[in-house]
Amino acid sequence: MTALVSPVVPETIPSATPYLQMRGITKAFGTLLANDHVDLTVRDREIHAVVGENGAGKTTLMNILYGLIHPDSGEIVIDGSPVRIRGPRDAIAVGIGMVHQHFQLVPVMTVAENVVLGQEPGGIVVDRRAAVRQVGELSERFGLVVDPTARVETLPVGVQQRVELLKILYRGSRLLVFDEPTAVLTPQETDELFEILRGLVAGGKTVILITHKLNEVMAISERVTVLRQGRNAGELETAKTSPAEIARAMVGREVLLRVERDEAHIGEERLRLDGLKANSDRQLPALDGIDLTIRSGEIVGIAGVSGNGQLELAEVIAGLRPVTDGHVFLGGEDVAHQTTAERRVHGLAYIPEDRQARGLVLPFDVKDNLILGSQSRPPFAQRGQRNSDAVDERAKELIQRYDIRPPDPEAPAQSLSGGNQQKVVVARELAENPKVLVAAEPARGLDVGATEFIHRQLIEQRDHGLAILLISSELDEIFSLSDSIAVIYRGHIVEVVPSAAADRERIGLLMAGGTIEGGTPSASQVAQAAAALANEPPGTPPVESAHQ
Amino acid sequence: MDIVNTFATILARPDLWAGTLRFAAPLTLAALGGVISERSGVVNIAMEGMMLVGAFFAVLVGAATHDIVLATLASVLCGGLIATFHGVASIHLRANQIVSGMAINLFALGLTSFLMFRFYATSGTPSDIPALPDVNIPVINSIPFVGAVIGDLNSIVWVSILAVPVTWWFLFRTRIGLRIRAVGEHPRAADTLGVSVFRMRYLCVILSGLFSGLGGAYLALSVAHSFSDNMTSGAGFIALAAMIFGKWHPVGAFLACLLFGFGQSLGINLQGTGFPDQLVAATPYVLTVVALAGFVGRAVAPAADGVPYEVGE
Ligand SMILES: Nc1ncnc2c1ncn2[C@@H]1O[C@H](COP(=O)(O)OP(=O)(O)OP(=O)(O)O)[C@@H](O)[C@H]1O
Ligand SMILES: [Mg+2]
Repeated sequence: MTALVSPVVPETIPSATPYLQMRGITKAFGTLLANDHVDLTVRDREIHAVVGENGAGKTTLMNILYGLIHPDSGEIVIDGSPVRIRGPRDAIAVGIGMVHQHFQLVPVMTVAENVVLGQEPGGIVVDRRAAVRQVGELSERFGLVVDPTARVETLPVGVQQRVELLKILYRGSRLLVFDEPTAVLTPQETDELFEILRGLVAGGKTVILITHKLNEVMAISERVTVLRQGRNAGELETAKTSPAEIARAMVGREVLLRVERDEAHIGEERLRLDGLKANSDRQLPALDGIDLTIRSGEIVGIAGVSGNGQLELAEVIAGLRPVTDGHVFLGGEDVAHQTTAERRVHGLAYIPEDRQARGLVLPFDVKDNLILGSQSRPPFAQRGQRNSDAVDERAKELIQRYDIRPPDPEAPAQSLSGGNQQKVVVARELAENPKVLVAAEPARGLDVGATEFIHRQLIEQRDHGLAILLISSELDEIFSLSDSIAVIYRGHIVEVVPSAAADRERIGLLMAGGTIEGGTPSASQVAQAAAALANEPPGTPPVESAHQ
Repeated sequence: MDIVNTFATILARPDLWAGTLRFAAPLTLAALGGVISERSGVVNIAMEGMMLVGAFFAVLVGAATHDIVLATLASVLCGGLIATFHGVASIHLRANQIVSGMAINLFALGLTSFLMFRFYATSGTPSDIPALPDVNIPVINSIPFVGAVIGDLNSIVWVSILAVPVTWWFLFRTRIGLRIRAVGEHPRAADTLGVSVFRMRYLCVILSGLFSGLGGAYLALSVAHSFSDNMTSGAGFIALAAMIFGKWHPVGAFLACLLFGFGQSLGINLQGTGFPDQLVAATPYVLTVVALAGFVGRAVAPAADGVPYEVGE
């Protein structure tokens, strides 16, 4: 039963009946109504965006569509006829494919194995040559460049996502569901993905796209379904709406799409990196002598095309990656060879890039995650014993302050929606009044309201004297929060400029490796940087070189 | 000089090598079962108990029917049945798999002791139980050294050796094998592609029971030709160690079993030479600990090994 996609699709468009209808979908987790009579209507060959705050029920709705969760009530109609989806097998059979919010790939297996799993070519024995060939053909046909024989764990996230997409295409799905596909992508990769999506829709596919980035909604979707706290909160035509209107529907109030920021009051030096060197996971030099100083009351943003050492930098400062040479001065003391715990005592806080792998202990409940790292210090521990009252109190306070939903301190962290998991991490890291914060992708996966909130928290903490190193693949975030911007290229800080004086063009050029002294970057580097820089929504060709 | 000489003579004995294969056979069967089970993500420390139950029922059915096929079949099926309990506990009920495995070991010990007492309290197990046949290979038989080593081995020894490539092929070449490994590494990913996590895991746990049961039959119907309390005396745990030492790979596990078999055989062959044979017999285990402590590189278990799978709800 080897299903292969045919790119040829029936020419007739049944315009009257929508392709997919979900009607009155209801799902409760305990007392929490994750979906409350939700309707979703998707037309044939459209790109339909689903938006909503963290925990609004988007992933739940899609998991119901894909058969991973069974709804309490409601029906699903495809092409006019009701279908019963009892599991992913049924969903695949009716032509639904899904790229999950957290990738579902077997890291130790090859690309081809991951793609064909469950529908392997061959008889009893897997015809591995056919698998590699078919996956190769597929990736060529849809322009998804990937080596079918590579092990998935060796691939960067952007490429892993292509593998996820190939999995769906291999099964010949007509309806492609993407749950926050762009959260982990660089701007260039997002552009590429959108280009591919447009191609797929032109080839007869229908796409449901979940995203928190309203510029993406504006750029690529035709219609938008908005969810709020498990209920429908509007269906909008993209052409007739605006980001502000969508945001209002999502949050139920006016949202400021940018943060207000006063002049920085810069104080004493808090973090100084001196000739810092470190290796990447593959033991190649990733940081090649970083010099950088961050003072009390300022936010220094690291701008760079991803993969130029920013994540290694964060890990080295946090103490998760060994320093091969150089110094890390925290409040004047060299902590380069201290443990993470010792660094925390010196007032270091760290928001890791990957909340699930590094930010949380997923099976633990929210309250324990909220005190992680401080669990053996007063007031949470007294004379070697846990002080439950103090833990409960802290949890209550943070849950309220950060609006973590559901507001249940006993819920296991893994039951929270992605955005709420992120809030737990941010809340914890800011709770102990740190002196230095390393924030890697602090707003990843957060909705507009929560992003605004987290950004305001960061600014507020800076105004109270916190020194913040901000690492983000979103240049907008860097520009709107930073007091100065440090450009990183191949493990070097090539320039530090006050953000007021920073010019996007120039930063882009520096990110691509161009130097003022005359070294000219290659055309592709410029295009890459320009794409990263593009102020316009991704997808609109930023420079002429992006297209023929 | 004396020591060297003694060792040289012992190493030249075909008995030493034939014994290695004989001792390795039940370990190999149990270890392969363990590999299959753990590759699907279910930790299995119950090989000991499954072997013990297999051994007892081999004797019981053998004594009753005098039919070697039925006796072997009974032990294999009983191993599978006991494994099913482990499956239900660890797959459906999401119990701690170590606890469930240990419970099965203890239960098997108690059950077989009780039944032993109940059926054969006074006289011990009957001596007229059927035996697993040896395989006499005509031509090879007459080759000097080789003939004495492999010319006249028990059929189950050959089965255990053949089971190694078959298990490898099953896990690494077949569709089911691919799905099993996917389920053991990332059950959710497999589930989202319509692969039934539960079905794969049950299949593998039961297979491990069948393998261990056969190992038990070999112990009872060939090596000991009887049943006595706790007669496996840790073979299942040695198989467990071999599985880990072999990095959850059929060939690796087999080589580890050969090493352990060699140790046991060497210990026996050293008896009467004035050598502290117990010490020699212990060397493979010491080696294992040393090896696991870092000389063979990190042993990497399947990522989802021991983690019960919860469906989306
Ligand atoms: N397995 C579960 N058990 C209990 N509660 C759950 C479970 N899955 C989801 N929830 C709850 O259901 C609500 C909706 O979650 P869902 O993951 O659908 O949100 P979302 O809209 O995808 O949010 P995000 O944008 O943050 O990913 C959340 O409050 C979440 O905590
Ligand atoms: Mg979600």
